[in-house]
Amino acid sequence: MFRNGIEGFAKKVRETQVWKSIFRHGPPTNSRNRAAVVAGNVFLHLHPIKLKKSGVQLGYTWCMGGLTFFIFLALTVTGVLLMFYYRPTAEYAFNDIIALREHVPLGIMREIHRWGAHAMVITVWLHMFRVFMTGSYKPPREFNWGIGVILLILTLLLSFTGYLLPWDQLAIWAITVGSNMAKATPFLGHGGPGAALAQIGDFVMVSDKNDVRFQLLAGRFVGEPALLRFYILHCVFIPLVVGVLIAIHFWRVRKDGGISAPL
Amino acid sequence: MSKETKTSINRREFFSYLTVGWIAFTAAVAGLLGLTFRFTFPNVNFEPEMDFLAGDPADYEEGVDERWKKKYGVWIIKLEGKLAALSNICTHLGCIPNWLAGERKFKCPCHGSGFYQNGINFEGPAPRPLERFKITMTPEGIIKVDKTKIFRQEKGQWDNPESYLKV
Repeated sequence: MFRNGIEGFAKKVRETQVWKSIFRHGPPTNSRNRAAVVAGNVFLHLHPIKLKKSGVQLGYTWCMGGLTFFIFLALTVTGVLLMFYYRPTAEYAFNDIIALREHVPLGIMREIHRWGAHAMVITVWLHMFRVFMTGSYKPPREFNWGIGVILLILTLLLSFTGYLLPWDQLAIWAITVGSNMAKATPFLGHGGPGAALAQIGDFVMVSDKNDVRFQLLAGRFVGEPALLRFYILHCVFIPLVVGVLIAIHFWRVRKDGGISAPL
Repeated sequence: MSKETKTSINRREFFSYLTVGWIAFTAAVAGLLGLTFRFTFPNVNFEPEMDFLAGDPADYEEGVDERWKKKYGVWIIKLEGKLAALSNICTHLGCIPNWLAGERKFKCPCHGSGFYQNGINFEGPAPRPLERFKITMTPEGIIKVDKTKIFRQEKGQWDNPESYLKV
């Protein structure tokens, strides 16, 4: 088996049916096969098959979009791990956060998640700044700029919803203050402009029991239903939407002329 | 199959049925989306009652009383022979101020808003006085506070006879 050394062994492995069923093309040693690697991979096919040289120049892109994506993946992994120990109820939430530090090996897992979240907000802003300064929002990339703006808002919403989960005084009052801004939404919040117009006699159509803040918190103030709702938004709903939009974002980078080079 | 059944529906009728079908389908989808939206608003939640009985007026002394603060979020204040039910929600961004007895003021820990014991704001970012709730006397002579009815000083509503109780 090892008659021809490691190379002979590797050649044999590459000739097995298992190897050939996984990799449909030869080794990426020539241009054609390298293209086949990218085009034939479900993850890589979002990526352009070929890049312009300027696309990999760090001074031009800062790799901020790539860094943001990397941090998003790191946050997904650490977040899933944290979910093993965290229970989103008023009784357990705070103690589980303490336990994640005190009773669990690698007690910095939550800190990685937290610092990663801060870092992601910073890299998203820098990425946006870079795209703006290089004029990469101009046609035909204007649609992708729009997707990016939605992703920015969703990043901030992920930070906002994650802020409540430690369930300490800072969390509860930060979300109280933050969600009270929803109260001031025009027509949809009971403290906002236009809400007073939606009143027929004594019947108030937009009240604290049916406005957007009530929908966000599942109540009139930050309580256990709000904790559960924010947990679901933070761990399931927003990451799913972000994942889909990231796929579109990358795909459009490819389709709209490649990464940030002049067209 | 006879020739008659074959032509029982002509081209024009077919498109009429198609239109009705699409309208029905669209309406059904819209209705389901509406119900799904409504799903996010719970019918019942387990928050404290919006009205409560606050005991005998004689139980209260001049000044600020904190006995209902934790349970119902209300301070009963007695000033110049008038009882009033003061909301404990800061008018800035909704935190809960503390009553500082030594300084005779309510002070919000979030952003530093300060209120006199009658609820009027005098320092910090709060844009208006604390709100007061409807306060009435039951036939048995017990104070009743109703938090669904709000009286705002800046709208001149503190003169409303339901916003205070003469004792």
